[in-house]
Amino acid sequence: MADEPLVLGIETSCDETGVGVVRGHTLLADAVATSVDEHARFGGVVPEVASRAHLEAMVPTIQRALKDAGVSASDLDGIAVTAGPGLAGALLVGVSAAKAYAYALGKPLYGVNHLASHICVDQLEHGALPEPTMALLVSGGHSSLLLAPDITSDVRSLGSTIDDAAGEAFDKVARVLGLGFPGGPVIDRYAREGDPDAIRFPRGLTGPRDPLYDFSFSGLKTSVARWIEARRAAGETVPVADVAASFQEAVTDVLTRKAIRACKDHGVDHLMMGGGVAANSRLRAMAEERCAAAGIELRVPRPKLCTDNGAMVAALGAEMVARGRAASDWELPADSSLPVTEPHVPGRHHAA
Amino acid sequence: MLLAFDTATPAITAAVHDGTAVRAESTQVDARRHGELLLPTVDEVLREAGVKLDAVTGIVVGVGPGPYTGLRVGLVTAAAFGDALGVPVYGVCTLDGIAYAAGQADDLDGPFVVATDARRKEVYWARYGDPRTRITDPAVDRPADIADEVAGLPAVGAGAALYPEVFTGVRPQAPVHQSAAALAALASERLARGEEFLPALPLYLRRPDAQVPAGYKLVMPK
Ligand SMILES: [Zn+2]
Repeated sequence: MADEPLVLGIETSCDETGVGVVRGHTLLADAVATSVDEHARFGGVVPEVASRAHLEAMVPTIQRALKDAGVSASDLDGIAVTAGPGLAGALLVGVSAAKAYAYALGKPLYGVNHLASHICVDQLEHGALPEPTMALLVSGGHSSLLLAPDITSDVRSLGSTIDDAAGEAFDKVARVLGLGFPGGPVIDRYAREGDPDAIRFPRGLTGPRDPLYDFSFSGLKTSVARWIEARRAAGETVPVADVAASFQEAVTDVLTRKAIRACKDHGVDHLMMGGGVAANSRLRAMAEERCAAAGIELRVPRPKLCTDNGAMVAALGAEMVARGRAASDWELPADSSLPVTEPHVPGRHHAA
Repeated sequence: MLLAFDTATPAITAAVHDGTAVRAESTQVDARRHGELLLPTVDEVLREAGVKLDAVTGIVVGVGPGPYTGLRVGLVTAAAFGDALGVPVYGVCTLDGIAYAAGQADDLDGPFVVATDARRKEVYWARYGDPRTRITDPAVDRPADIADEVAGLPAVGAGAALYPEVFTGVRPQAPVHQSAAALAALASERLARGEEFLPALPLYLRRPDAQVPAGYKLVMPK
């Protein structure tokens, strides 16, 4: 429908410069420039390298997204940008660009939350989000169980990781195995050739007295590293595929178990999964299986919309416009620790 | 009609220049809030000058050298304005703006040096033949390492004021901070003379801090 809000979204919280254009729930463009190759030799994202790459990629990626969408900047109903959480210097490039475009084009600016955007992106794939939405967000930067009665104004955290994010554990295990960075896709690949039951790695925070919805992956990571070192010390070959499969099984087991428990406890009959780790094939398969057994409908966007992208920011921005949420001020800060409970950053001058 | 701004130093400074004179200027010093303050400052000078955005014919931006995070705020804002308004973006070395401002405030007629604070006990600096003419490339150094090159020269900028034992010729009359009004006036002169500008790309002068981890030995199977 032509009267649905046309919004451009900018995402620069980590190493992807993402610019998306959506009209309501319809994806029109999803342009991404990534600096991942520049980080590979450092074994992780280097903030300054990411920030420099964002500056170089910003305007060309915006031009590409508008061209792909076949719309003109003057037709936009708003410009949305990730205001946080994320890497401070990286966020600042996107926020500054969004402000300048919004100001120069005379459009409202919406500073939005990265995590809420990961949830909202599913509207582009499966239509309007149910209310409330139960979401499991897993990536290199976050692992959270969220309950969102209204994605534009009310997002609640049920639990999150108390140490490493799930994606971080994939990166660290991949590094111990000598598989390079980023770890997620390569572990996924090796795991397909391995036996997930070969090694019984620990399931963190699943004891009877542990918090129900929090996660911990640090112990698992250490346990995998010790297991590998012991084999090396004994002069044995490390069965890479079996280690990858068994490690991945431990992560996905805990994630899906807790997510389904949360759905049951809160009477929610569907589960949304997002974040880069939601692109993992074993997590998707296991979630499907267990959700089906529990009578829960699973909603997972295609892998490209699970990883960081601008379309998710545009999707949440479009929802802000559709629901008449207040725009942000020109003072909008980049907030590296923006709480998940703040889906957007309304301006002081606009606040109701 | 030029809209100028610079975020390469602790100052957040913006100005509007109509080709003849500065129409409005605003400068605040807050090294940690470039991202928050730049757009409101731009908005303020445009309003004060009574200039609508569609009258702006060019963006002038200080390209550093300067601490990276703040520097990028100005550069990405300039690039976005240039794209959204369809006007050219003119890059000017930040030190050139300070040199030009010093020339207006002080009767510097011979060679002098401009230095800003590069943190980590270093300065960004360059030498000038006169307030419009830079004669060395901008560089980043420890003050002690350049003492011979700057000894006795008149010196301006916050970096010079920080290390008076090296910059022995600090001029108390000269402004310490960057001013977009000076940057705009300088750019306006250069435009009138048909001179070249720098591309609107950051002068970082340093590599990113990042170390390749020692890590584990590769055990790739096969
Ligand atoms: Zn993310």
